[in-house]
This record gives sequence, structure tokens and C-alpha cells, in this order.
Amino acid sequence: MDIVIGLIRNVLEEGFIYGIMAVGVYITYRVLNLPDLSVDGTFPLGACVTAALIRAGVNPWCALLIAFVCGAAAGCVTGLLHVKLRITDLLSGILVMISMWSVNLAITGGSAVVQFYGRETIFTNGLAALLRGGARTWRVLIFSALVCIVVKLVLDLYLKTKSGLLLRSAGGNPQYVISLGHDPGTMKIIGLAIGNGCTALAGSVLAQQAESANIQSGTGMVVMALAAVIIGTNMFRKVRFIKATTAVIFGSILYKACLVIAMQLGLPTNYLKLLMAVIFTIALVTNDMLGSRRKKQNV
Amino acid sequence: MSNRIDCDAGFVGMKNIKKTFNPGSVNEVVLFTDFNLEIPKNQFLAVVGSNGSGKTTMLNLICGSVAADSGEIRIGGRDITKLKEHQRSKFIGRVFQDPSKGTCPELTILENMALADNKGQPYGLGRGVNKKRIDYYRSRLELLHLGLEDKIHLPVSSLSGGQRQALALLICTMTPLDLLILDEHTAALDPRSSETVMELTYRLVREQNLTTLMVTHNLKYAIGYGDRLIMLHRGGIVLDVSGENKSALHTKDLTDKFNEISIEDGN
Repeated sequence: MDIVIGLIRNVLEEGFIYGIMAVGVYITYRVLNLPDLSVDGTFPLGACVTAALIRAGVNPWCALLIAFVCGAAAGCVTGLLHVKLRITDLLSGILVMISMWSVNLAITGGSAVVQFYGRETIFTNGLAALLRGGARTWRVLIFSALVCIVVKLVLDLYLKTKSGLLLRSAGGNPQYVISLGHDPGTMKIIGLAIGNGCTALAGSVLAQQAESANIQSGTGMVVMALAAVIIGTNMFRKVRFIKATTAVIFGSILYKACLVIAMQLGLPTNYLKLLMAVIFTIALVTNDMLGSRRKKQNV
Repeated sequence: MSNRIDCDAGFVGMKNIKKTFNPGSVNEVVLFTDFNLEIPKNQFLAVVGSNGSGKTTMLNLICGSVAADSGEIRIGGRDITKLKEHQRSKFIGRVFQDPSKGTCPELTILENMALADNKGQPYGLGRGVNKKRIDYYRSRLELLHLGLEDKIHLPVSSLSGGQRQALALLICTMTPLDLLILDEHTAALDPRSSETVMELTYRLVREQNLTTLMVTHNLKYAIGYGDRLIMLHRGGIVLDVSGENKSALHTKDLTDKFNEISIEDGN
């Protein structure tokens, strides 16, 4: 029984951590209709920045914020490449994804893995330090859920502001944004900054949970985030009172659950990325059958 | 309808406009060689012309979605030739042929109106929909007689083409405009919606005394509405009537003119 509870806790922990990224990718993929591949590079960016900061003795909550800002800056670069230099959305993402590899290495000082065992993280300092006994095993879940829900609520609020409404128009009908006297390109850059900021934030939370940053941790993040977005928004599209951002977090948890179940059934770890791709493909195809916005092609 | 005071004769002006598409290639099309057009303030100008006559390009040049090779475009004393499309939008309103272009389908009617209401001001982190304005939005929607005032929380994507176009027109004219551009805005609608939208157009234009440029394929509308009518052909103005001459015009006169032109072309 303890094993099952442990597994469920593990699924929820990872579901919420990757949920932070999925909520960000929801903004770029669903709201703006932009498939953003730079996520694969900005996720480890968040992790590496956090590792460097925490080793330097920075408060872990500050490290979270700085990771968000760094991710947002990288997202701006993707946006500028796409909007100002008119490079296609996919290629702009790939360019930033590739360049992040060097940026991350520069941050970590050339090592692929940076550890900070025993240092203070959001899971061990402040309030988390007060948790005693049995509650300590739940601290990762409690704090990753907290960060995820705060990010979701802030984004929900943002999407209701004037700027947020304009961002949604930039995805739904760029011409309408022009009619209102604004450049839809600017809104795309803002959206990409938010999406990659959230992704780096997720990378930061994951690094703090693992107490180490791995520059290879980004591989497959695009697939994971898009799968979470598509599974979440499709499963709950009929349920009106569930907001899309909430649905996306459920999608992330569900996706993690699928992976864990497959592992428990005896799938070797080496096949994990293959399984991720297969689940994503299934999600995409069912999405297409149910009718999606990008009708002619998937992603 | 000619009782307007033409105090500012060249309120909207296009001067010495040149435009060639695909220059230097086999597909080169020389459309405008020296195009000039002046629209006085508060005038409602209807533009007709066959396909390829340059009507849409003329609108695109004014709105900034197509750049002229040379020439000058002015609105209300400002030279706007170098401004980008979204910068020109601050004082030009445009209603498109495609009803889905004038609103955002994912947003509700209310959110669309709130966005348009904010035009000209910064789009910051304030609340998107100002609750105090909802009654005003409802009263504007009542003008349409389409019952939309009871559906303000529905996404625009659930409306019909005619409803969307009426809403687009309303949204477009919510903030003060120097020039309203109607780009075949009834062409995609069924006859009844088309009539409703055209009547609404007339009402809004008169109510706000808008300087209006309407491109249409509907000769009846071109004659029935507006103070002046011009016909374009191959990048030139071949007919320009206003006042009594325009009132005396019949659909047949226009079709005759169309035929005359096509005979000149050897068709």
C-alpha cells in the first residue's frame, strides 16, 4: 500500500512540476497558435541558473524568480527571431533551443551536471523547514503544487486583463489586433516570454527537488508539455467550469501517470522517450479527430 | 444628401500613387501609374469597379497593408505614407469582406467590445472588461436589433456571419475615426443580412458624420448610399459623380458603363 501511495505522490509531484511548464506552453501553443520548440532549451536553462544561484548562496525563492526572468528573456529571443527577422516559428524555436546548450554550459562552467546537495531549496527552507515527521515526505508535493497553482492563478488573472485579451486576439485573429492599433508581433513576443518563463520556472523547481541541474534535462520537454496541453484541453473541453489552465495541469498529471504505469508494468527505462513520443502521437491524432484549430497539419 | 459642407476638400488624399506588382518578372502588373484621389471631410464615397480594377489595392494602400512604390497618402492633414498598418489603424477603421476578420472569435462579445472601447489607450494590466461600461455596450448592441445584447457572454465564434459583421461594424465605429473603410463588407452575407448590415452602416455613418470609403460590387448600394460614386478601371478613375448627377444615376447606367469598358478592352 505504501508503494502505491508513494507512486501516486511521485506522479502528482512530477505532474505539478511539469504542469508549470504546460501552463506556459498552453499560452504559446493554444492561445497564440505557435508551436514553440525553444522549451527544450529553456527548461534546463532554468535548472542551470538555479543551480548556479543556489551554490552562490541566493535564496531559493529568489532563484525561482530569476530563473523565470532568464527563461522569459530566452523566449523574447525566439519571439524576435520569429517576428522581427521573419524566421518561421518552428525554426526560431530550434535556433534558441540549440543556442541554449552553450548558454547552459557557460552558466554551469562547462559541467553537464551541477549538484548542490544539502543547500537550502524551496523544499527545505522557510515554511518547508517547519514540516515535521510524516508531513516531510509530502513537502515536495505541497510546494510544487503551490508554485504550480500560483502560476496558474496569475496567468488566469493576466488573461483577463487588457493586455491578456489583446494576447488572446493575437492568437485568434491577428488582423483584429492591427485594427486596434497594435502590432500582433509584440503580443507574440510577450506570449513566448511568458511560455518560456514558466518553462524555466519548472526547470528551476525540478532542479531544487533533485538538488542538482542536468543540462540534458530538456530533451523531450516540448513533447511532454504539448502532450499535457493537448490531453488536458481535449479531456475537459466539454466541462465548462474547468478553466483551460486547470485542464492543462490535469493533463500533465495524467501524462505522468501513463508513464509511471508503463514503467511499473515493466517497460525498460530506455524506452521512456519512445513511450513519450507514442503517447504524444496518440494525443495528437485523437485531437485531430475531435477537430482542432490547426486543421491542416498537426503542430 | 449633398447638403454637407465641404470645408476640408482634401481631408483624405492620395497623390501621384505608383504601384507595380512583381516588378521585373513575367507576372509584372502595372496597376497605378499616377493615381490621385481626394475625399472631402464627412463624405460617403462609394467605389465600384470590375475585378482587377485596383479597388482593393487602393484600400490596402490607404490602410498600409500594401506599400506604394511612390506617392503620398494623407489623412486629416497628416502624411501617413510611412506609417505601418497598425499605426494607421489608430484613426482608420476597416470592415472586411470576411466577417471573421473584424472580431476575435475566441473572445466573448463583451470582451471584444471592451477591447475595441480601449482603442487608442495603452493595453496594460488593468481589468480587461470595465463592468461600469457593460450597460453602454448593451445599449450599443440594441441598435443592431439582433438580440445580441442578451448574449454578451457568448464567444463571437458562435454568431452567424451577418451577426458578426454587424458587430464588427459596431466595434469599428466605437472610438472616433478619421476614415471608415468598408471593403465589400456585405459581399459574404445573405441578402437579408446584407440589407440589415447596409442599413446599420448608413445609420452609424450619419450618426457620427464619418468620412467613409465603401468598396462594393452591389451597384444598388453604390447608387443608393453615399454622396459620391467613382468607378475604377485599370488603376484609373473612369467615372466620378456626386450630388444630383449621382441621384439621377440608375443601375443600368453603371452596367452600360461596365460594358463600354469591356468592349474597349476587346472582350
